[in-house]
Amino acid sequence: MIFLSFPLIWAFSLSFKPTPEIYSDTPNIIPVNPTIEHYNTVFSEQSIFQSMYNSLMVGVIATIIVLIISLPAAYALARYKTVVNKIFLGWTLTSQIFPVIIIMVPLYIILRSLSLTDSILGLSLVYIVWSLPFVLWMLQGYIKGIPFELEEAAALDGASKSEIIFKIIMPLLLPALGATALFSFISAWNEFFFALVLMKSQDLITLPVDLARFTGMEGQARMGPLAAASILSTIPSLILFGFIQKWFAEGLMAGAVKE
Amino acid sequence: MKINKSVEQSIQLKLLLPVLIPVIILSVFPILRGIYLGFTDYRLGSSINFNFLDNYSHMLQDRYFWRSFIVGFIWTFAVTIGQIIFGLGLALLLNEKFKFNSLTRVLILIPWAMPPVIRGIMWRFIYDTDAGVLNYFFISAGIFDTPINWLNSFTYTVPAIIVVGLWGEIPKSAVFLLAGLKTIPKDLYESAKLDGANSWQEFRQITIPMLKPILAAIVSLSFMWNFNTFGLVWVLTQGGPGGTTRLPMLAAYEEAFRYGNVVFAASIGNVMIIAISVVLYFYLKKQFKERTN
Repeated sequence: MIFLSFPLIWAFSLSFKPTPEIYSDTPNIIPVNPTIEHYNTVFSEQSIFQSMYNSLMVGVIATIIVLIISLPAAYALARYKTVVNKIFLGWTLTSQIFPVIIIMVPLYIILRSLSLTDSILGLSLVYIVWSLPFVLWMLQGYIKGIPFELEEAAALDGASKSEIIFKIIMPLLLPALGATALFSFISAWNEFFFALVLMKSQDLITLPVDLARFTGMEGQARMGPLAAASILSTIPSLILFGFIQKWFAEGLMAGAVKE
Repeated sequence: MKINKSVEQSIQLKLLLPVLIPVIILSVFPILRGIYLGFTDYRLGSSINFNFLDNYSHMLQDRYFWRSFIVGFIWTFAVTIGQIIFGLGLALLLNEKFKFNSLTRVLILIPWAMPPVIRGIMWRFIYDTDAGVLNYFFISAGIFDTPINWLNSFTYTVPAIIVVGLWGEIPKSAVFLLAGLKTIPKDLYESAKLDGANSWQEFRQITIPMLKPILAAIVSLSFMWNFNTFGLVWVLTQGGPGGTTRLPMLAAYEEAFRYGNVVFAASIGNVMIIAISVVLYFYLKKQFKERTN
């Protein structure tokens, strides 16, 4: 437990220490002269604020689109048993095997030809496809848990497929959709590799890429602000994660058990 | 609802269409294209010529390629095995009722929820040569006399990054294994108790066999994910010192996006696919055999 929590506590403590204290010979966990100067630095620096905003945008766009397109698809996978299900399962598993470097070069070329490199929308599209296997897997597991009789009754009343999906399934699925949305947002918020390759302009890079640039030589001298920025960027994931953790593990299990 | 198969399939495909289009354009096609590029002499902007296995015969004579795969395997095996053992221990602990149970459950989320880049940054604070708390600890305990440069040393850097890898991955395994533990019926343990089994026997005879399927899944997934690690090690060492922590992904990234050698990157990618498939094939075959026996 100490091993698991110490790095965060340490970074938290660093972020409140004045710079001379960070480099003192006898480190204390509790800062002697606590200060919020590093947080002020982070907020006054355009770059970190901008990259936080970029990460937020990419995460929100990717999450909204992925939910809209996955809901009908997850329904199709949960309620019909055809050869498509086997193909989907195969793709979900094999897509995990391929190292992202294989996909990166051709993807870069495709996105460049669509002028979608160095673009918030382009990066969001990549994240959509990237989180799809998990999102579909979890949603179809939850949909299988919804009794089919509900739909039959609605179908007898003359409801169309899209009415069934959006008026009957969706309201019942809200907690699961919430959990899935958080999952997809966190994966976008945390992702580094695609963002590093695809985003080049200083005013478009995402938070992890921006923070990683601090770790060079100049970063050594700026431990305090870096610690503050790290704490700030961990907080959203941590809070959201607290909500979905239970759903997440159960959803995966549901998807697996009910297959 | 009795509809015939082909009607059913066409409805299903219609519902899947919004997902299929982006997946084909941004996932299936680039993957196939990437695999193909590994067998050509393509350079950005030039024409593409198929050259079969040339890239691989060059690569097999390349010292950097071998070094990167060797450290890749050391890293992957160490982190995967470690995260399963410690993750299982943690899951068993969390499955019991003890005082700090709910606190621990929250704590173990921390490394998992954190962006890998931030994990790396936080550990840089700990490993830092001058201001790092680890050197302070070792020196005041009298284990070392002088500060160690943890992330720039031929002896200590590989173990140092493995510790960080474990720190991030143990919670993940623990949460999934805990979910698996919850599915084991309680009466199995009760009847074992009646037969006079001690807790080690219970663990060997009930817990492990019942967890086998989910263990196999976690081992396989973790193995693939760890082999593909990038951001964490990038932030910690950028592959240094002297390429000792240049995992295959880091090598591929540098070749493709620093030197424009996209073919080399695609070839490394292909070798990684083969390496992962071979390891998983033997692992899963063994698992499957054990289960049918």
